[in-house]
Amino acid sequence: MGLHAILEKNVLLLIIGILITVAIGGLVQLVPLYTMEQTIERVDGVRPYAPLELAGRNIYVREGCYVCHSQQIRPFRDEVERYGHYSLAAESMYDRPFQWGSKRSGPDIARVGGKYSNDWHAAHLIDPRSVVPESIMPPYGFLAEKELRYDDIAAHMTTLRALGVPYTDEQITDARADVATQANGDSGDPDALLARYPKANIGDFDGNPERVSELDAVIAYLQMLGTLVDFTTYQPDADFR
Amino acid sequence: MSVAIAQPAVRELQYDDEVVRKFTLATVFWGVVGFLVGVYIAFQLAFPVLNLDLEWTTFGRLRPVHTSAVIFAFGGNALLGTSLYVVQRTCRAPLFGGPAVAAFLFWGYQVFIIMAASGYVLGITQSKEYAEPEWYVDAWLTIVWVTYLVVFAGTLLRRREPHIYVANWFYLAFIVTIAMLHLVNNMALPVSFSGTKSYIVWAGVQDAMTQWWYGHNAVGFFLTAGFLGIMYYFIPKQADRPVYSYRLSIVHFWTLIFLYIWAGPHHLHYSSLPDWTQTLGMVFSIMLWMPSWGGMINGIMTLSGAWDKLRTDPILRFLVVSVAFYGMSTFEGPMMSIKAVNSLSHYTDWTIGHVHSGALGWVAFISFGAVYFLVPALWHRPRLYSLRLVTYHFWISTIGIVLYITAMWISGIMQGLMWRAYDDLGFLQYSFIETVEAMHPYYVIRAIGGTLFFIGSLIMVYNLWRTIRGELRTEKTFEQPAAVAVGAAE
Repeated sequence: MGLHAILEKNVLLLIIGILITVAIGGLVQLVPLYTMEQTIERVDGVRPYAPLELAGRNIYVREGCYVCHSQQIRPFRDEVERYGHYSLAAESMYDRPFQWGSKRSGPDIARVGGKYSNDWHAAHLIDPRSVVPESIMPPYGFLAEKELRYDDIAAHMTTLRALGVPYTDEQITDARADVATQANGDSGDPDALLARYPKANIGDFDGNPERVSELDAVIAYLQMLGTLVDFTTYQPDADFR
Repeated sequence: MSVAIAQPAVRELQYDDEVVRKFTLATVFWGVVGFLVGVYIAFQLAFPVLNLDLEWTTFGRLRPVHTSAVIFAFGGNALLGTSLYVVQRTCRAPLFGGPAVAAFLFWGYQVFIIMAASGYVLGITQSKEYAEPEWYVDAWLTIVWVTYLVVFAGTLLRRREPHIYVANWFYLAFIVTIAMLHLVNNMALPVSFSGTKSYIVWAGVQDAMTQWWYGHNAVGFFLTAGFLGIMYYFIPKQADRPVYSYRLSIVHFWTLIFLYIWAGPHHLHYSSLPDWTQTLGMVFSIMLWMPSWGGMINGIMTLSGAWDKLRTDPILRFLVVSVAFYGMSTFEGPMMSIKAVNSLSHYTDWTIGHVHSGALGWVAFISFGAVYFLVPALWHRPRLYSLRLVTYHFWISTIGIVLYITAMWISGIMQGLMWRAYDDLGFLQYSFIETVEAMHPYYVIRAIGGTLFFIGSLIMVYNLWRTIRGELRTEKTFEQPAAVAVGAAE
């Protein structure tokens, strides 16, 4: 223990020793995730979020939904039967932050998209116990009352593009119009929206066509979750890691 | 070496205790707040009507208030306060930077807490678990934390002791590593510098790994290394015994901080994180059992020759039982990191129970012990107002913890088994909502356990308040049991 006395008597050496010791594990586990190509599977269909979906996702983040809902299906028989195909890394490649969650006080919602109608989601979010009597979820009626604020949605997409999300100039220019189009369906150019964001759900999500509410955005986000990859043609062996 | 000890300047030494007094009061205040919010959200899970149909009081917004209040406000103030007390005593030097910098450190840290918590209630959050504060709060904390490092390391540099005491190694590892974790995990680009929203630099699977590298080491360095620093000062002090093994403290210090950093991926077992990373996380988590128990052994065995004090000193009882809880949860943790066990425990209340055996049993109990030690010392009282009340606090809290942990074990394992149950025809036996319904009684028991723990903290507040006012309750000293007398006579 004579050598240790050197560290015990020198603050700077002790700090450097600590830093080196604690840096190693993180470097080994984090750096290869950026350098190894197999980390994220190559699959077709994953695209950046449409502006309305992005706004809905930001509300999901704001409300802390992740504390009760995971978005990560594990490769077990019961989970695959209950929730659908196990989650791929590619499916959250544009997620900032990731929302895999760590607790299921409510069910996993990685593939909730398309499983319930818009009406069901609206009723469930406003009063969960009106459709699921045993539910312990908080009511989110205030989302229906609040008009969605999306005047700065293009700035959000520009920020994401700076971080590497491949939004095109056209997508950013048309972002605000795309929000209105996706939340209504009767106005704007739905075909152009679908060309920019394949498989996007278009329609009046919250049952009130007069305005775009926060509820519209959240339901638009929920309805696309887990729907982008076509698992009838997905080849898992190609992605062995 | 002997020359340094002979210096006569020691009697002129003035420690800066004002800041420690403030941190001690803040520890108690935020503890009560954090426990209360915890109790409230526990009742919300049992009775969802308590979400009040308001946006500011949903479980989703209040849960980070609870976790941040207990970890960063209660735990953080305990760590900052005790570390500034310990570093001055063990270095025989006043704080580097003096009272003004110390005051900035205190108020700066409280501003961080208030900015973070008010943000959650208003919906300003990154929704990265235990790293919820948005970019501007993170930036502010960085300034405060660098100040903390400068004050702490600066005081170490001023020391009049040749060696840096073992408690300070742990505090230093905690300060340095938390800085590293905080900076990397919170790298974000604000949408606008006049707005609150930012996007995190890391995405998807890489963000997941970065987050749990941070998240698990918030446990490892905030809630473990830092509190081991508390253990290494306050247990020897209260027991009036030297630390059991110097050699063990060196070995377990370096192995603990080396191994902990690798353990993050066990939060991501069977996820779309690559398998090699998950396996590394599992292997290192299991190895982590050993240095963890090294710390437990060193703490508990410090009582060698002073075990009888556990009968008569409820403060020492808090300190020692906390180390026992530490040993229990650092066995449970490696076990849960085994992939086969994790496939059952993950996503369930078992994890919540595990966290609370560590958070209530280890972190909170050792903090209570330290606070009971500090208050008479800092306010220059001969002793606490009442040791009986400390005993009540101890037992009420312990019963609360036992109710809490056992309820969560049962509900967690039960729900995990229900999720994977199949009926004779090969169909899933239970719908998800049936598993939620089955947990109701355990949620009620857990909330009652939490309530007991909260009541215990109120007893502490009362006792400390009377102590600070300078009152001493006349009470019978704890009797020496007959068995001890017989043993002593032999």
